[in-house]
Amino acid sequence: MHELLTAQPGSRQLLLGNEAIVRGALEAGISFATTYPGTPSSEIGDNFYRISQETDLYFEYSVNEKVALETAAAAAISELRTMCSMKHVGLNVAADALMTLAYVGVKGGLVVVSADDPSMHSSQNEQDNRYYAQIAGLPMLEPANSQEALEMTRAAFELSEAYKIPVLLRTTTRINHSRTPVEVGLLQPPRRSGAFKKDPFNLVTVPMVGRRLRVELLEKINKLGSEASASPFNRVEGKGGWGVVTSGVSYNYVADAVRELDMTDRVRVLKMGMTYPFADEICLDFLKGVERVLVVEELEPFLEDKLKILAQENGLSLEIRGKGEELLPRYYEFDPVQVKSAMARFFQLKYQPGQVEMESALPQRPPNLCAGCPHRASYYAVNKALGDAAAIYPTDIGCYTLGILPPLEAADFLLCMGSSVSSAGGFAKAQEEPVVAFIGDSTFFHSGITGLINAVHNDHNFILVILDNGTTAMTGQQPHPGIELTPEGRQTPKVDIEAVVRGCGVDRVETVNPLQVDKTVAVLKEMLEDKQRSGVKVLISKSPCPLFERRVTGKKQKVVFRVTNECDMCRRCLDELGCPAFTYCEDEEECAFISIDEHLCSGCSVCKQICHAIKPKKKTA
Amino acid sequence: MKAWRIFFTGVGGQGTLLATRVLGEAALLMNIPVVVSEVHGMAQRGGVVESAVVMGAAQSPVISDGEADILMSFEPLETLRALRKCSSSSLVISNNSPISPFAVASGREQYPDVGEMMRTVSNNVNRLIALDARSLAREAGSELSVNMVMIGALMRHAEMPFGREVVETVLNTKTKKAFLKMNLKAFDLGFQAE
Repeated sequence: MHELLTAQPGSRQLLLGNEAIVRGALEAGISFATTYPGTPSSEIGDNFYRISQETDLYFEYSVNEKVALETAAAAAISELRTMCSMKHVGLNVAADALMTLAYVGVKGGLVVVSADDPSMHSSQNEQDNRYYAQIAGLPMLEPANSQEALEMTRAAFELSEAYKIPVLLRTTTRINHSRTPVEVGLLQPPRRSGAFKKDPFNLVTVPMVGRRLRVELLEKINKLGSEASASPFNRVEGKGGWGVVTSGVSYNYVADAVRELDMTDRVRVLKMGMTYPFADEICLDFLKGVERVLVVEELEPFLEDKLKILAQENGLSLEIRGKGEELLPRYYEFDPVQVKSAMARFFQLKYQPGQVEMESALPQRPPNLCAGCPHRASYYAVNKALGDAAAIYPTDIGCYTLGILPPLEAADFLLCMGSSVSSAGGFAKAQEEPVVAFIGDSTFFHSGITGLINAVHNDHNFILVILDNGTTAMTGQQPHPGIELTPEGRQTPKVDIEAVVRGCGVDRVETVNPLQVDKTVAVLKEMLEDKQRSGVKVLISKSPCPLFERRVTGKKQKVVFRVTNECDMCRRCLDELGCPAFTYCEDEEECAFISIDEHLCSGCSVCKQICHAIKPKKKTA
Repeated sequence: MKAWRIFFTGVGGQGTLLATRVLGEAALLMNIPVVVSEVHGMAQRGGVVESAVVMGAAQSPVISDGEADILMSFEPLETLRALRKCSSSSLVISNNSPISPFAVASGREQYPDVGEMMRTVSNNVNRLIALDARSLAREAGSELSVNMVMIGALMRHAEMPFGREVVETVLNTKTKKAFLKMNLKAFDLGFQAE
């Protein structure tokens, strides 16, 4: 059985924030969960997936976040307790549904998890999703560790059901991906089956319904304000005339700073866990009891601005600060010394951070496409087919974005999931150079199809390469509608990518295996040179992610490749392919040679096809 | 109770996450406050993987520059890169068996001399323990057990709030049975290494 199901009530477990959220949902009797994977939220869905195999929980990997939220909304309005989890930018995709779902409300508790990524460990931006709570009008909770992640998840379901409104649980990477001890509670059985009661004049948002619901939503938010002031998640610690207000992971940095700067008797900390609607009463009390306040929150001055408004409305003139050059920045995640320094400066305490030794320029170690990755072969083929001709490469979100790095350098423009296809159309209309766009299989299903239909409709002239590696590789090999390899064996895909592309109206479509280099280059050249046919052409470059294939099929690799003494050191393997299994070495006489690390070689054979000096050999165990 | 801030660095695939998890579980078993922070996602594709174990009187999941009490580095170049995390009072335990980054493997850059790197580290911290964890892991049965060798060395050389038997209990209860014998052997080889 899954560990989150077997953990005994009252026992202490070392849980990731994401695992604690799942356990909290199980303790709240969750029946229904949806997600689209995205770091740092992915383990929430992955754990629900495994648990759904062993229980009555319904779980799905939806095709994108908007679909996930709309699916979840139906379950919640049918009285089931439901969770929908995603990364911060996923909530942009789901925002259209979210804004109106706040009006319509829910019957079973619905918790929407937004996992923000300050410092962009694995994201394209670091937007502060707390503003979504405000713009949509949804209550929001922000945990500071795994114990709170569990407790707040449970509380969020109660709150959601009591006020018939979705609740936003907002986390950041250091909460999702840190393990802290958690005392787990009792599991509640889920409701097996939901029930929908027709109520069109509350559930169908035509303007006359929307107008009424808008006012009702504002009334709910008003009532929830008192709830926030009474919430045990908003509490004051310590005593003294100085004030600090903080929320989320920053609370831990503040707590360490208070201890290490020896401020325990001089500072009161308002630790906020329910951060929307704003807890006016408790905050006003706090402001009245201190002389000056530092607000310690990552990213935007969300709490700081609200405190300043509150002070102004109540005629308080104390100093309230947070963001600013000499205190705390609006960008990146914090670290303990940064917070300690800001607190020391603001409260005029002596503090000298430890001496830091700076390293000289060291060889960098950026992440790289794995040995045997079929994306490398696809990029190689496109570079070959174009030769010296200039071209623009809009790209998309997935492992293949690593094609940005030398020697492949096959990425010129990226905004968000699906932007490769639509921006390729824009480039094709706006300028003269040929355009070759790249999108992964899961991303294509997520938000590439609409752009493709647009390209057909508006005669956009470019080549779209769909990099189909049979899984959502980057986030941990989650399935998508087009998968063929499953732990149960090979299946016919439920949705066939080539059929979808044809169905969108594309008439020049071809599927190749990029590990067959010459064939792939030939098809690409043909597409590039085909001036007869205007419009979008699609190449489906299909070969499974080798890590995924090995995990799912358990297939043993039989062949590795080696560089023979026919090698003339032309370096094309290193300079054009950039496979991490290759090493440039020098022997004792400083004579250079190239070798392939047979532990890393996946046996894909792409290198053999571009160089006569590379030969196969049997893999030794 | 004092605070233990242990910073881990290595290369994707070296098993730093399991090492931090094992220490976290040991602290949990002994009722010592603990935070283990991990890195998931894109960084794991052959890039640098940094994680942290913070125990005792501290609760921040991140370790700032200059604040690591112990640096556990699974790769010598990464030891030097992570030196910024240390101060003159830090203990550094470093594997001295290199893994070339791609820029070096492709012949565009040179891998710095390991002896020289270790001297730089040694000159800037309180104590450096350098060991060939890869060879010891191979001796235990597989290079995949470098992480266990490193924890063994940590339990030998650092003043930890729990003994080696607690770590062995965790290995017995929380790691895969198929690798248990190898893991325990690798842990012991790391512990015995001079």
